Amino acid sequence: MRGFRRYSTYRAATLAGVFTNSVFGVIIAYTYIALWDVRPSLGGYDIDQAVTFAWIAQALIAPVAIFGGFVVDELAERVRTGAAAIDLHRPVSLLGLRLAEDLGRGAYHLISRGVIPTLLGALLFDLVWPDTLGTAALAALSIVMAIVVSFGLRYLLGLLAYWIIDIQGPQWIVVLSQIFFSGMMLPLVVFPAWLRTIADLLPFRCMIQIPIDVFLSDSTGTAVAPLLAVQLVWIVILLTAGAALTQIAVRKVVVQGG
Amino acid sequence: MVDAARGFVVIAGAWVRAALTYRTSFVIMVLVQVVITFLDFAAILIMFSHLDAFGGFTLPQIALLFAMSGFALGAADLLVGNSEALGRRIRDGSFDQMLVRPVAPIVQVAADRFAIRRVGRIAQALGVLTWALLSVSIDWTVGRVVVLVGAMLCGSVIFCAVFVMGGAFQVFAGDAAEVSNAFTYGGNTLTQYPLTIYPTELVKGVTFIVPLAFVNWYPGLYVLGIDDPFGLPSWFQFASPIAAVVFVVAAATFWRIAVRHYRSTGS
Amino acid sequence: MPSIIEVDDLRRTFIVRRKRGRLRRDRHEVHAVDGVTFGIDAGEAVGYIGPNGAGKSTTVKMLTGILVPTSGRLRVAGLDPSARRTELAKHIGVVFGQRTGLWWDLPLRDSYELLGRIYRIPRRTYEANLERFVDLLDLGALLDQPVRQLSLGQRMRGDIAAALLHDPTILYLDEPTIGLDVVSKAKLREFLRELNTESGTTILLTTHDLVDIEQVCRRVMVIDHGRLVFDGGFEELHRQGGARRTVVVDLAAPSEPLEVPGAALARMDGARQWLSLPAGASTAPVVAALGTRDDLVDLSIQEPAIEDVITALYSR
Repeated sequence: MRGFRRYSTYRAATLAGVFTNSVFGVIIAYTYIALWDVRPSLGGYDIDQAVTFAWIAQALIAPVAIFGGFVVDELAERVRTGAAAIDLHRPVSLLGLRLAEDLGRGAYHLISRGVIPTLLGALLFDLVWPDTLGTAALAALSIVMAIVVSFGLRYLLGLLAYWIIDIQGPQWIVVLSQIFFSGMMLPLVVFPAWLRTIADLLPFRCMIQIPIDVFLSDSTGTAVAPLLAVQLVWIVILLTAGAALTQIAVRKVVVQGG
Repeated sequence: MVDAARGFVVIAGAWVRAALTYRTSFVIMVLVQVVITFLDFAAILIMFSHLDAFGGFTLPQIALLFAMSGFALGAADLLVGNSEALGRRIRDGSFDQMLVRPVAPIVQVAADRFAIRRVGRIAQALGVLTWALLSVSIDWTVGRVVVLVGAMLCGSVIFCAVFVMGGAFQVFAGDAAEVSNAFTYGGNTLTQYPLTIYPTELVKGVTFIVPLAFVNWYPGLYVLGIDDPFGLPSWFQFASPIAAVVFVVAAATFWRIAVRHYRSTGS
Repeated sequence: MPSIIEVDDLRRTFIVRRKRGRLRRDRHEVHAVDGVTFGIDAGEAVGYIGPNGAGKSTTVKMLTGILVPTSGRLRVAGLDPSARRTELAKHIGVVFGQRTGLWWDLPLRDSYELLGRIYRIPRRTYEANLERFVDLLDLGALLDQPVRQLSLGQRMRGDIAAALLHDPTILYLDEPTIGLDVVSKAKLREFLRELNTESGTTILLTTHDLVDIEQVCRRVMVIDHGRLVFDGGFEELHRQGGARRTVVVDLAAPSEPLEVPGAALARMDGARQWLSLPAGASTAPVVAALGTRDDLVDLSIQEPAIEDVITALYSR
């Protein structure tokens, strides 16, 4: 809740974000239409599903923090100022606290910057929606898991600041990979086989490609369970690594005094 | 005018020197810029693994459009990209500090924290441009060379105007800095592709309202020897300088209004 | 001699919008500067004091050209700051207490180099001035440090040097001592005093700390709610204001009321006694008289708050 409220004070910034997402939504939708006009069932999508992909992807950019930031910068800053040491001494789990906050932030960004552009997209184009409430619920679950995966990555990056003071380099590498391998630039289903293989091994597909595939599953016929499983596996991996790294950081603080 | 240029060089120079003292960090940042801008082209390459023509244009032709737009945005970002930060400067008081110095505020806003690493985007665009020029079949004439080079210059000016307008806008709506992105990076993304994929209203919008189509599309049609698919007058293909001048005048006016407003209300 | 700063019926009004409930907005005018008139001669050191929100910073912003007046006449060094801001900039130096004029991420030295170029300071003048300020303000060890690593006091000294590098005729300081420790404040005041007497730089110092002005200036202007309520010397201020300063005495044990020439007993509470004396009077004789007592535990001096001075001014 605190995360939600914290970000809801920036109203003008949010409207600006809605505008930007809408503009990009329009541009990318037309790009995909041109592509699918020539290749009508590319990657197993039809043209309407592709356009839907474009708009939902835009809606997800802010919640899954494709461009990084938030907990990464906050943690890194706290490490720099030494305040992180206080965090690590608290009885409440740092990871748990930050995760809760990021979920609040994600929820806020999803509602404020995701809903309106999607509605605009629905107005201007023919979007494909889930047929059943069940699928819609699974899609919502998948989006939540996408945010958690995103958090997992950023939490690890932020904590890395304890060992590598300037995490800009690593952050950039992660952000670039996220942009390319999440499906934000182009749906992964369009990727050539060898790139698709790489993308399937990385966690970034959990952030955009998978939630959208769950969203579209009623009409594309994709099996949802394996997709959710992939997200779950990455969540377990990333959060376990995060907890372990936190423990190591705690020990570092105790031994060296931060 | 000369004073302004001098002020810009002096201030930007200090930041360039500061950036170069951290040589490795600078190189990494430039590489990041190159990669991040190349991702857009990588997406286009992937698209072309499925087709031979996109919007009726071949890959080398689109590469030319892509490079022209990327160059223009890169040059503008390098020169005045910092105007996006005006809102932040007003909030932290550094804009007031700029008003107290004997250099025009637009120069200071643009030159302060000059980011030489942005040449990465320009370098990437030139790389794609080279490939495009080598791969595309153009009936080269002196006129076409002039139009190509002219378009790259005018395109840069047009994007500069967009950046400055985005900055000026923040005097009135400080937190909404991101709106500018929709026109700068959004404009770049839009013009990367042949405008044939967009509906006519949108093409008219980027011709007559925000003249982004003059950055690469119209001059590109002339260089590639293609007739305007929308049937718009063919002299548009030489009109980039006009679009640039008109838009820059509009931007300068808006900027002046914004500064006057700031000095009258002292946010 | 014409004044270097001429202010005639200066006014600055702000329109403040406040939300009332969900949809309605309240719109009312704030007269931050409400008809201020004064003149400052070249070489004067003038204090400009008032409580928070009195209009001090707004006045300085208008004098420097940042803010355009709502009405009134304003001339600095013969120029209208609103119209000839960039031209005037060469002749003025400004130190904002709460923000820095230096570049946060660059080493201090780089900030000075850059300013030297921006102001087109001739090389020899630049180097002479830099050396002089590095010496006077003790900046030697700090020159190669990024500004963001400096302490508040160090940064303030750096800011002052930055404002003076180009030999401005007028120096504005807006709340320069906020947040500084006692030692830094004293050094800063001494520096400004000498700058004024030796270089003849006109100084306008805004602050809400009376002692700043007492130590640096010979003339003080008091502003309250946008209006000038006093313009004159210190003795006059204290005489008109009737404000008093207090010596707080802590004795070893409750004792007889203290009798000290020049001071009156204001209050007594157990072992602590408050002695009050006119704000313009020196505390030295009082302190000396008390220092001979062997039951003296502690002693402190309380200056009148500016609000008290103003209240006293109003109620005279």
